[in-house]
Amino acid sequence: MPVLVIADHENNALRPATLNTVTAAAAIDSDVHVLVAGTDCTGAADEAAKITGVSKVLKADDACLNHLIAENIAPVIVSVADAYSHILAPASTFGKNVMPRAAALLDTQQISDIIKVIDADTFERPVYAGNAIATVKSSDAKKVITVRGTAFDAANAEGGSASIEDVGGVSDSGLTSFVGQELSESDRPELTAAKIVISGGRGVGSAENFALIEKLADKLGAAVGASRAAVDAGYVPNDYQVGQTGKVVAPELYIAIGISGAIQHLAGMKESKVIVAINKDEEAPIFNIADYGLVGDLFEVIPELESKL
Amino acid sequence: MKILVPVKRAVDYNVKIRVKSDQTGIELANVKMSMNPFDEIAIEEATRLKEAGTASEIVAVTIGPDKAQETLRTAMAIGADRGILVQTDAPTDIGGVEPLAVAKTLKALVEKENPDLVIMGKQSIDDDSNQTGQMLAALLGWPQGTFASKVELADGSANVTREIDGGLETLSLKLPAIITTDLRLNEPRYAKLPDIMKAKKKQLDTMTPDELGVDYTPRLAVVSVKEPEERKGGGKVDSVDELVDKLKNEAKVI
Repeated sequence: MPVLVIADHENNALRPATLNTVTAAAAIDSDVHVLVAGTDCTGAADEAAKITGVSKVLKADDACLNHLIAENIAPVIVSVADAYSHILAPASTFGKNVMPRAAALLDTQQISDIIKVIDADTFERPVYAGNAIATVKSSDAKKVITVRGTAFDAANAEGGSASIEDVGGVSDSGLTSFVGQELSESDRPELTAAKIVISGGRGVGSAENFALIEKLADKLGAAVGASRAAVDAGYVPNDYQVGQTGKVVAPELYIAIGISGAIQHLAGMKESKVIVAINKDEEAPIFNIADYGLVGDLFEVIPELESKL
Repeated sequence: MKILVPVKRAVDYNVKIRVKSDQTGIELANVKMSMNPFDEIAIEEATRLKEAGTASEIVAVTIGPDKAQETLRTAMAIGADRGILVQTDAPTDIGGVEPLAVAKTLKALVEKENPDLVIMGKQSIDDDSNQTGQMLAALLGWPQGTFASKVELADGSANVTREIDGGLETLSLKLPAIITTDLRLNEPRYAKLPDIMKAKKKQLDTMTPDELGVDYTPRLAVVSVKEPEERKGGGKVDSVDELVDKLKNEAKVI
């Protein structure tokens, strides 16, 4: 039986975590289909059809699917579910919102945030903020799964030529309507997809001082993150937050500046390939996991670092 | 307006947990337990709605052992009017009462209590599933406002601002509805001693899963629970020059 990936997308394009989810799906079965449910979502469906390893794309295109409203998308997932043994989505805010709703309608106990596929029934997932890894075996006939993108490589976005099939029967639940959104405007790469992430903590001291971090990030083409302490202090918006309750990142290079290294922050970045910590407190726990620790005043270190890169 | 607030007893936020040596779960004996932090935010939000005159009654619900009564008392000290314990000795972190079973339990209670709104944490910090609110909404056929950072009630609807990847989104939900809380929704108060004393006298009912017709047999068998691989760190550099050199020539990441 084929497996189905529910695409996270912006109608005209896929969001990157969809590619990582395809890789997780392919580890379960080689026959991978993708559902793109949205409004005027031909762009995203065309991208999905080009992913290596995807054999079919289902496209549900309806005005009521705009903004990925869970109340309207979950029934679409249920309507196509019969043909699939496994249904996967990225553990993005989209996947986290819609998948449990679909799982409950299918009377299936969802498996959240998997980091490894052991076999078609058995998966690894982090629990307790990543301080333990549980291996769980599902006895449900149909598996509903969300995937931690950073734990799987991205599938090749090119090379495939899947057919695109329209899915009908979409209807508006009438329960929920979209009012508005405020998206962070930024030319920087998205946090969870960036090769380099530079995060600031409470040590940065103020929202104004965060400009130092941003300047360094722009020099390196990096995304900007923050610890929960910096978010709570109001230095940056919540969607900058790296940690168990924020975003989980695993870039090639993670630079933690003025971050002490609370467990909850480490849970969001400790899978990074190389970790640099800059902190004036040499006892800060972040140094225990950093590959390169530099004890120093960030207000002296960052300008110097920027000038030497 | 009546609000139902499910709360969960979980390992305290500040505890560094230990995996059991037989790899069957997490060591919970003699570990400090508290209300799941996201649920504190939920009970705080409901209490503020009551203080503003919007809500008339707050019912806190939990599933767990007898000791989970403490969690209900905490909820009542913050602002719940009464509590319901669905008593079970099954584990509530992993390998026991799963989110779908919790959602079915809550559905049965919603049908008894007829609340206009359910406010609950977006996830519990033990099993980190982030499922129960969405599942409850599905089973009831209600709208869901997940990861809420702002809630505004109007006549027959709720405007919920949600924390999404890349920013914020506001949805209008027809009541009755489910709202799950994110960290920025509010800052929960510390219960005052007189309120803690008063909470001891509030009504607390106990039920069983059987009475509610819900089966707690797990669908997910826990094969093992292990410590994550330790990351080797602790390397130091003495200067910015050395750092730049190492990043370029040793790690080769810039």
